[in-house]
Amino acid sequence: MSISLSLSAAEPDLSGLDDLLDGFHHVPGTPDTSRLIPALQAVQEKYGWLPESALAKLGEKYRIPLSHIYGVVTFYAQFYLEPRGRHTVRVCRGTACHVRGASNVLATVEQVLGISDGETTPDLEFTIETVACLGTCFLAPVMMIDENYYGKLDSAKILKVFDEFGDKQSAKKISVGKTTKKKTGC
Amino acid sequence: MKKINTNEELHALQVKLAKKHDPEKARVLICMTGCKAMGADNLLAAFKKEMKKAGLKDKIEIVETGCHGCCAGAPVVAIEPAGIIYHSVSPDSVPEIIEETVKKGKPVDKLGIETSEGEKFHHRNEIPFYKQQKKIVLRNCGKIDPTNWEHYLSRDGYAALAKVLSEMKPENVIDEVLKSGLRGRGGAGFPTGKKWQFARNAKGSPKYVICNADEGDPGAFMDRSILEGDPHSVIEGMIIGGYAIGADKGFVYVRAEYPIAVRHAYNALSQARELGLLGDNILGSGFNFDIEVREGAGAFVCGEETALIASIEGKRGMPRPRPPFPAVRGLFGKPTNINNVETWANVPIIIHKGSDWYSAIGTETSKGTKIFALAGKVNNTGLVEVPMGTTIRQIVFDIGAGVPEGAEFKAVQIGGPSGGCLPAEYLDLPVDYESVTKAGAIMGSGGLIVMDDTTCMVDLARYFLEFVQDESCGKCTPCRVGTKRMLEILENITRGKGQEGDVEMLEELAVSIKDASLCGLGQTAPNPVLTTLRYFRDEYEAHVHDKRCPAGTCRALISYTIDAELCKGCGACLKACPQDAISGEKKKPHVIDRDKCVKCGICKNTCKFDAISVK
Repeated sequence: MSISLSLSAAEPDLSGLDDLLDGFHHVPGTPDTSRLIPALQAVQEKYGWLPESALAKLGEKYRIPLSHIYGVVTFYAQFYLEPRGRHTVRVCRGTACHVRGASNVLATVEQVLGISDGETTPDLEFTIETVACLGTCFLAPVMMIDENYYGKLDSAKILKVFDEFGDKQSAKKISVGKTTKKKTGC
Repeated sequence: MKKINTNEELHALQVKLAKKHDPEKARVLICMTGCKAMGADNLLAAFKKEMKKAGLKDKIEIVETGCHGCCAGAPVVAIEPAGIIYHSVSPDSVPEIIEETVKKGKPVDKLGIETSEGEKFHHRNEIPFYKQQKKIVLRNCGKIDPTNWEHYLSRDGYAALAKVLSEMKPENVIDEVLKSGLRGRGGAGFPTGKKWQFARNAKGSPKYVICNADEGDPGAFMDRSILEGDPHSVIEGMIIGGYAIGADKGFVYVRAEYPIAVRHAYNALSQARELGLLGDNILGSGFNFDIEVREGAGAFVCGEETALIASIEGKRGMPRPRPPFPAVRGLFGKPTNINNVETWANVPIIIHKGSDWYSAIGTETSKGTKIFALAGKVNNTGLVEVPMGTTIRQIVFDIGAGVPEGAEFKAVQIGGPSGGCLPAEYLDLPVDYESVTKAGAIMGSGGLIVMDDTTCMVDLARYFLEFVQDESCGKCTPCRVGTKRMLEILENITRGKGQEGDVEMLEELAVSIKDASLCGLGQTAPNPVLTTLRYFRDEYEAHVHDKRCPAGTCRALISYTIDAELCKGCGACLKACPQDAISGEKKKPHVIDRDKCVKCGICKNTCKFDAISVK
């Protein structure tokens, strides 16, 4: 297995990484890896994803093989080896959302953004992910854009949410509805 | 904040704080956890502004609390001491609430909570949702500011810890927990006292305690609410547990998807440390104990105890065979005791009020209360705490106010992906560990999802299988491959490609997977399929033999139609359809082109005249 972790050509700036990693020494008497996951979380917090060069540095500092780090990173859903969109759309697939139509929510979000679950728009604006449960079942079906909840959704409401989100962000206006209809499958 | 050195100091402080935060004082309680999703921030701002205007800013405290329970009524506000509760409060109503309720203690009639019979209630002890519950674990949720340690102390907080450290030997603590009859609230219902005993008797040092807050079951949010709304109760429980088994270190393993819970846990821990309730020589007893938070990284299987331990150790979160159980060989190879959030939160009150008091609540085999997360097709979604042995009917209909109008109760899914679906004939089942297991489901962590006649049970089984298949860690073959095969069969059935023998194959696979899987995830993965087969076999047969989805859910087996008599030709659906599958002249009935239609349902949501139906 080739361990090619990074897909991005742009090398991230590693200055300051060493200081950041200083806080994650393992407690004597516990394995070297015992603070690996918190360290990875801190690195991801800094970069938004986990660049290979940063992981290599982490491994070197704490004498953890890169293969072990790769194993851990790919096991957990919240570690990303690729850059992510500026905004994350989290569509809840919990049971309460499921019985209230979550599959239509995902389908509509995918259609609006023109990407599938797990993908990032080419302009790095949005990433779609599905989560097992956001724990806000009373809002079902629900999605989050970054830290904000949008609940009791139907297709029409989702179109409106993205429409207004685009206005507010003054970012590239999100094209909704008719313009994305070349994509088949709803 | 001053360090508390002795029991006497703690007691004096509690008395002082109980006076300062007297429950008879006027207070406005606003949920700032779950209700944030429905505009609690704006409501809080409105209250602050209007209170200032009314000249009450320094006289009446506005408390930012955890969950009141009725999430369907978000944002929820309670006004004390009158005990008046308002649901779905708009900032526009704030001046009136201040004028009538805050100043005069009178309810605002029009803001009352209406039942389906048209009765209106204002007080907590009258509103059906609240009055039928028994809040033991959630006693502080919605009543205190979870970020303010004074509030917790003012309500007997850490009194149980003081009692344990001054009066009880570790063995007595374990005895008391054993006698209380407390069983693990995370799912399997193992007696908590016994688990502690195993860890206490195990050889090895140091020992660890872990709080499992990796609440992964979709549809369960009680652990989240406890950590958000009353984090100190969990910490107090853990310190007591640590003392009982002889541990000096604890971990809280919490889902990162719960940002408020994570924040409140960190905050409460640093307060407890400053107060000297964590750290060295707690309350002068010579007992040392500290707790570290570990955030999960998104793996459902880490709710399984051996996988959770692997995750804290910095490994892939994969379970390992037991025995040895964690009590003997757990975290870093040392004796470890793991309980979930709700279990830990039960401990302080058991010690404080005594095992006799506690064991008087509940049924013969299941003591105390259980918190259920009520969600799905039910009016009052939210958190419900009731004594063990309460029937499903009481929970869903009396407290939950039943299914929304126009729908019919079909089943309740209990216990998450490891649980099962119980049909209407089980409505009068008293819910305790044994009865639920006998009916084919499990108590699990307490998710209760209500389903109506538009929920397809085959699709629901497919949904759960998809979930466990996705979350299977891949270590053992029965779970990794077996659930995949089951999912494929279910996908075929829901797509109208079911064949003779599919249902029998599902049953055969289910038994093998249950028998042969390594951990609880695999062993219980077939449960949703088995219970839906047991109670709703006709739905499977309709899909396989008639290629029909009776609930109108499975996309490949349904179609959308416009009723020409009801359609006004307004053109709303035509404009909304992303596929251009709808055509028709203005003011004349429209039609859907079945070849173009992708069955997304946007048209049905858009139609104001209910002219579009799905079959």
